[in-house]
Amino acid sequence: MAVLVIADHDGAHLRDTTLKTLSAAQGLSGDIDVLVYGEGVSAVAPQAASFAGVRKVLTAESPELKADIAEAVSALILSLADNYEAIAIPATASGKNFAPRIAAKLDVSLISDVIDVVSADTFTRPIYAGNALETIKTSDAKKVLTVRPTAFKAVTATGGSASVEAVSAPAVALKTRFVSDEKVTSDRPELGAAKVIVSGGRALGSAEEFTSVLEPLADKLGAAIGASRAAVDAGYAPNDYQVGQTGKVVAPDLYIAVGISGAIQHLAGMKDSKVIVAINKDPEAPIFQVADFGLVADYKTALPDLLKALG
Amino acid sequence: MKILVPVKRVLDYNVKVRVKSDQSGVDLANVKMAMNPFDEIAVEEAVRLKEKGTVTEIVAVSIGVAQAEAVLRTALAMGADRALLIQTDEDLEPLAVAKLLKAVAEEEKPDLIIMGKQAIDGDNNATGQILSTLLDWPQATFASKVEVSGSELLVTREVDGGLQTLGVALPAVVTTDLRLNEPRYASLPNIMKAKKKPLDTKAVADYGVDIAPRLSVLKVTEPAKRSAGIKVDSAEALVANLKTAGVL
Ligand SMILES: Cc1cc2nc3c(=O)[nH]c(=O)nc-3n(C[C@H](O)[C@H](O)[C@H](O)COP(=O)(O)OP(=O)(O)OC[C@H]3O[C@@H](n4cnc5c(N)ncnc54)[C@H](O)[C@@H]3O)c2cc1C
Ligand SMILES: Cc1cc2nc3c(=O)[nH]c(=O)nc-3n(C[C@H](O)[C@H](O)[C@H](O)COP(=O)(O)OP(=O)(O)OC[C@H]3O[C@@H](n4cnc5c(N)ncnc54)[C@H](O)[C@@H]3O)c2cc1C
Repeated sequence: MAVLVIADHDGAHLRDTTLKTLSAAQGLSGDIDVLVYGEGVSAVAPQAASFAGVRKVLTAESPELKADIAEAVSALILSLADNYEAIAIPATASGKNFAPRIAAKLDVSLISDVIDVVSADTFTRPIYAGNALETIKTSDAKKVLTVRPTAFKAVTATGGSASVEAVSAPAVALKTRFVSDEKVTSDRPELGAAKVIVSGGRALGSAEEFTSVLEPLADKLGAAIGASRAAVDAGYAPNDYQVGQTGKVVAPDLYIAVGISGAIQHLAGMKDSKVIVAINKDPEAPIFQVADFGLVADYKTALPDLLKALG
Repeated sequence: MKILVPVKRVLDYNVKVRVKSDQSGVDLANVKMAMNPFDEIAVEEAVRLKEKGTVTEIVAVSIGVAQAEAVLRTALAMGADRALLIQTDEDLEPLAVAKLLKAVAEEEKPDLIIMGKQAIDGDNNATGQILSTLLDWPQATFASKVEVSGSELLVTREVDGGLQTLGVALPAVVTTDLRLNEPRYASLPNIMKAKKKPLDTKAVADYGVDIAPRLSVLKVTEPAKRSAGIKVDSAEALVANLKTAGVL
């Protein structure tokens, strides 16, 4: 059987999420093709072609694909679907936006947020904010999956020499118009790929405090910055920073939670981190129940101390 | 303009989830149930559009057990005008839910469907996108701002890396993100009034759609537990421990 993996990239590089989805696709066995869509993807396609086990890389370009309009992306993937028994998509906001459309058109049940490929038709996925894991078997001939990247190791083996082939995007009469983008640009590592994450909560109290307290620590550790929902809702941090059940799911080597209480919805997004540190002035805060190292302290003194101790 | 708001009855988000020891599912006996939080946001948005005068009628619909009437009454108390319960004891997959909602939409002919981006039990984040596909209406998911502008809806969406604004032609399907609004609490007089608002009950069979499950649950298990570690008493001790753990 053949699997089509949909690449996630930033226009220049494949994201880690793609390498992890490739790893999940290997569990399905069979030929793996990768689809890279967007505009000006010529730099990205060869990266996908270099991984061992990739048979073919398909590229497709159009302004609508670059804007990631779900109707356009799903039409493109559907035009290729006949050739595949499974379509594996990274469970990013973008993937979650178009994947259900593909399943709907194929009249199959989407299998979302796969964390384990048990066999070609059986998968494990988290439900109830990760408080339960369900193992489900599908009777659909074609599978459409979204893959939770943090649950898989990125493929590393290169040496592949897949061919790169351009496909044309089917014409769709869109009822959607792209208006504008408001992307946060930052030199920091992306949350999803960072080895270290420094995350702030409601305790920080203002956007200025959020930045002035967390940035020096993040700079020192080469870390990405995350936030609780409370911090994002209050406008201390952009929406893209939210870690949790309904934000980003992360699993860095080191996660430092500053002034975050540890609500289940937040834990759902970070409890698979390798080492968790909690800095909170309330010794009863639930975050301490999952933290490897807890420091009961006011962040106002603890963070400057920590910076000093890091030297 | 008429709005349809699908609302789902789920485990209250504050309740601690217990996996049944026979691995058949999650224990829902005698636990508090409530409207899916994202659906409360959807109802609130519809009510605000009505208060602005853009919307004339809001219809809430739920698919589920008889007790789902309670979440429909909540929607009515928040400001929906009518409600429809499609009663079933089966757990339906998003594809089946979307097929039923499509049938409802064809009957009700709303100009807009606002629903949650994700239900906090199944966490599928799929039903809205499937419904939009089946209806061939445009979709705008993960909305943090919705504005009616003539026959178009301007929707600001929470996407990877920030925000995106799309213009979608009506009729359309919008799914809500957390920051779209803060839902109101229904006042006591409105809760009383809601008891008298019309609520229709129908059966899945009334719609003649295929709801056969495609997935079978082999087991439901508890995730590996993380145990609490140690408390350290200073930043220096923290750094020393992190070095030993090999993460610094
Ligand atoms: C449907 C739904 C989805 C949700 N999704 C998410 C999600 O994806 N991600 C998420 O994070 N939340 C989510 N939430 C919200 C979640 O339930 C919590 O409300 C939120 O995580 C709380 O954020 P917080 O820990 O920053 O704030 P709080 O709970 O207010 O905690 C602040 C903490 O800071 C500590 N503190 C205060 N001052 C100091 C100080 N000076 N020094 C040190 N510590 C201090 C306090 O002791 C407290 O523990 C969701 C909720 C719902 C209903
Ligand atoms: C194999 C399997 C096992 C299951 N086991 C359980 C279980 O143990 N316990 C349990 O409670 N459920 C169970 N379910 C049901 C499941 O949790 C969901 O109800 C179903 O899969 C729909 O997914 P979702 O709610 O996550 O959809 P999402 O796509 O996340 O929902 C998005 C939005 O769609 C709308 N919506 C979804 N469902 C309805 C509805 N019924 N009525 C009105 N609007 C709706 C809401 O606006 C919601 O915000 C099971 C389902 C399957 C397929």
